[in-house]
Amino acid sequence: MKPAAFRYHAPRTEEEALAILAAVAPEDGRILAGGQSLMPTMAFRMARPAHLVDINGVAAFGLLAAEGGVLRIGPCVRHAMLGAPLVGGPLGALLGTVRRHIAHLPIRTRGTFCGSLAHADPASEWCLVSATLGAEMVLRSVGGTRRVAAAEFFQGIMTTALAADEMLVEARLPLLAEGTRSGFYEFSRRPGDFAQAMAIATFTLDGGVMSAPRLGLGGVEDRPCRLPAAEAMLDGQPPSAALFAAVAAAALPGLVPMTDDPHRLRLAETAIIRALSRAAGLPE
Amino acid sequence: MDGTTHGPDDARMAAGPGEAVGRAVTRLEDPPLVRGRGLFAADVNFPRQIHMRVVRAELAHGLLRSVDATAARALPGVVAVWTSADVAEIPSIPFRATKVQGLEPYCQPVLARDRVRYVGEPIAAVFAEDAYLAEDAADLVAVDIEPLPAVLDAAAPPAEFAPGLHTEPTIVRKGFGDVDAAFAMAHAVIELDLSVGRHSGVPLETRGAIARYDAARDLLELHGAAKKQHWNRDEIARLLGRPPSSVHLFEGHVGGGFGVRGELYPEDLLACAAALRLDRPVKWIEDRRENFLATNHSRQQRHRIRAAVDAEGRLLAIDDVFFHDQGAYVRTHGARVVDLAAGMLPGPYRLPAYRVAGHFRLTNKTPAATYRAPGRYETTFVRERLMDAIATRLAIDPIELRRRNLVATAEMPYPRPLDVLGSDVVLDSGDYAKLLDQALDRFGWKALRESIAARRASGECVGAGLAFFVEKSGLGPSDGVRITVDHTGTVELVSGAASVGQGVDTVLAQICAEALGVGYSGIRVVRGRTDRIEFGNGAHASRVTVMSGSATWQAAQAVRAMALETAAPLLQLSPEVLTIRDGIVQRKDGATEPSMTLAEIARQMGPNSPAMRGRTPGLTAEKWFWSDHMTYPYGVHCALVCIDRGTGAVKVERYLVANDIGRAINPMLVEGQIAGGFAQGLGGALYEEFRYDETGQPLSTTFADYLIPTATEMPALDVLIAEDAPSPLNPLGIKGAGEGGTNAVGAAIAAAVDDALGQPGAVTTLPILPGTVMRLLDRAAP
Repeated sequence: MKPAAFRYHAPRTEEEALAILAAVAPEDGRILAGGQSLMPTMAFRMARPAHLVDINGVAAFGLLAAEGGVLRIGPCVRHAMLGAPLVGGPLGALLGTVRRHIAHLPIRTRGTFCGSLAHADPASEWCLVSATLGAEMVLRSVGGTRRVAAAEFFQGIMTTALAADEMLVEARLPLLAEGTRSGFYEFSRRPGDFAQAMAIATFTLDGGVMSAPRLGLGGVEDRPCRLPAAEAMLDGQPPSAALFAAVAAAALPGLVPMTDDPHRLRLAETAIIRALSRAAGLPE
Repeated sequence: MDGTTHGPDDARMAAGPGEAVGRAVTRLEDPPLVRGRGLFAADVNFPRQIHMRVVRAELAHGLLRSVDATAARALPGVVAVWTSADVAEIPSIPFRATKVQGLEPYCQPVLARDRVRYVGEPIAAVFAEDAYLAEDAADLVAVDIEPLPAVLDAAAPPAEFAPGLHTEPTIVRKGFGDVDAAFAMAHAVIELDLSVGRHSGVPLETRGAIARYDAARDLLELHGAAKKQHWNRDEIARLLGRPPSSVHLFEGHVGGGFGVRGELYPEDLLACAAALRLDRPVKWIEDRRENFLATNHSRQQRHRIRAAVDAEGRLLAIDDVFFHDQGAYVRTHGARVVDLAAGMLPGPYRLPAYRVAGHFRLTNKTPAATYRAPGRYETTFVRERLMDAIATRLAIDPIELRRRNLVATAEMPYPRPLDVLGSDVVLDSGDYAKLLDQALDRFGWKALRESIAARRASGECVGAGLAFFVEKSGLGPSDGVRITVDHTGTVELVSGAASVGQGVDTVLAQICAEALGVGYSGIRVVRGRTDRIEFGNGAHASRVTVMSGSATWQAAQAVRAMALETAAPLLQLSPEVLTIRDGIVQRKDGATEPSMTLAEIARQMGPNSPAMRGRTPGLTAEKWFWSDHMTYPYGVHCALVCIDRGTGAVKVERYLVANDIGRAINPMLVEGQIAGGFAQGLGGALYEEFRYDETGQPLSTTFADYLIPTATEMPALDVLIAEDAPSPLNPLGIKGAGEGGTNAVGAAIAAAVDDALGQPGAVTTLPILPGTVMRLLDRAAP
């Protein structure tokens, strides 16, 4: 479990980083941010990048700011920084809840939000957050910048819209409106393990009925997904255990789980019900 | 005579806490560990050392057509690459002999010869200037394997191991009584088909071997040893054609043993052979993936068991056929786990007739051997499942059913017409019924049943279960200890035991301190070294405290007697009126004068002392404790579980281990043993499993796939240490405490899950996985 040899690059600016990436991308050059997925993979020699571009020295990549209705998250923002005290409001509350489920404390202080998105593990909590809330990804290379919606960014198991010479230089999460309620539920064998199913629900309650509902499911299909049909069932309805059960049951037939284990669908059902119940403040 | 078997006239340790014994004193081992000054295998380095990397099979079964190391040898920094041809003269890894014959052809070669039989089997060894280069070179070794079908089910008919040999080296048969007659006259016959999954000890510290040849003294040293130093030394010497006195093993700190670490493995031989042949120190540190693939697995068995009972639920006979999945080769334990399973299955119950056939089967998986409570974790699960099934069939309360069958105190010592590990099974002492009562009382069983009823009424899925077990410990035949007081009064204790982190140094020091009349904390304990004592049996089978502890007691008594005899004439008093307190010989009546320190006495007994002329000098004694029979601790596990209906997850909310170990030398260490042992049992019950795909590829090769319980999975654990049944077999009355925390966890949790589900007998397989529980929940749903 010693990594194969690689060349180490330590750029100090974004321009420098992108230039190096452009040069080394043909040789499987990789970006090193938190390294919490990449380094173990290299130790197993399942990844053998000839170059590592360590972006931790790029000061601007620590960007974390709420501006213009979005939370801007730079490439070196660690899991532990998402949520209180750095991020407030309803979005901060949701992120703070979710981050506790990400692996273990040492990993949360090193691993990065953008790194998780770029890695695109189907069990990634941040990928689910991004898909559910409709994040926008800012992808940049020496050739220019493009913006990609979460729905197009995630393309399968550990597959994204990123080209080899592109870096995810920013993720933009829409801030949640004041009063937005959110619920998150994840099932894993032990706390900190990879999610076998997880769901996020957000909505506001106006006059006792749900509006602007969003419901996302992760860990089940090969990428996180929103469930628009389920959201339509929720919109304008008062929250209730019966409705949530019906929504979950209706969502299952359309899913394409990564495994043929029937247990995974049962977990998906439970995750949906519990995320909705938590958002609504109902007993699970 | 300095070798003794315990007899009725020997000095027994007084009951109750003493000056040093029976007290939760802090560990002697801890100062270097908590200061980061420990010496684990990876901490051992020698100048000019090279690093070994093992090339391992990536197919489960196949004919080894060729191994091409040309490219690897050409890599700068590579010192050598060995294939089986380079180690052809080294015999296969041996096993410790039992009466089971014919296992030799199934032993593992140091490097695979013409076939590979499991993913992870060593095929070649690379030696290079650093560990990175060694791994680079290992990647360059080209291996050509012609695949063969993999045998993965030990219960399937045997297949070919090699031409003329099939995959069932032996069947272990035991039994007594007229089983057929018992079944013919039975009121009821209960049959079960039960399986225990493949899991094992996964030490935090992986294995390591650092071999060094000291040409100046013609000594081969192996560092990083654990568990069985003397046997390993003797075998390494034999396999490499050297006299045993020219090979020495050294144990540093050991980051977990559990039965798997410290056995003799191919890598140990490779490192030693390379140190001799390449004339450089050789360092090998197993990585985690290798640890999952190469270190002994354990546990996997399938039992088809049936019981004949009378109308009151009394056992008339048990008939068990089981299949033990040994993996690809016979390892150093031979068929020991099968022997233990067959011999220990009856547990605490009166059993008139018994027949067992343990099929020892080879498969194309990592070889297996002992893991904490070997053969007992499996058979306690099987036996206690059987008792629960009998209770269900006859509509008898499961606790009452057990009471009816428990061996009574009046029947102790209770001989079973069985042998295990070559010694006759005689349950030496016990009050099983009393401990059952104590456990139920401590767990609050009656109130618990009421609270479970209330919680169920509010929709929760909760249940409780229990299991009784009998352990074995103190495996003989012998262990020795030499205790010496030097001229400064410092006590040194040299033992043939080993430490796998369990607190051996502390426990032996406490016993020595108690007998000798000195403080325990100043005693220097030496163990795990073949250069300091001629023989030793290491640390396994919950034997150290019993065997080495008893030898310590006797050696310390002998030193004490020598000290008093030497001091008495100088103090002009009779030895009978003298005692030793805090290392000072003084009057028993409390008078402080006259007195003499042990240091002064040691000087009186030195080699230059005129008083010693013609005698062997030194205030020192070596004693060997011998034992023909094992001693049998026992206990009860109680579990309360809650099942999440939405996920199938089982949460253990409360757990009790009640364990009678005769005498707790250090209750804190006993509790530690039980808590750690419980965690491992919990792993096997709910989390840990080495899984394979249909081609024999291992699926559990990281800690993300092989789930061990962590702090968040540990329930509130209560430990009841009972001392109601001291062993008559040793002067301390002790029984081993290393495995009772593990033994019955699978059994008790299975019973609790059954109870929560309201489906008696639902759990037939360990580990109990959420998906399985979900199916059982669905089965019960209207």
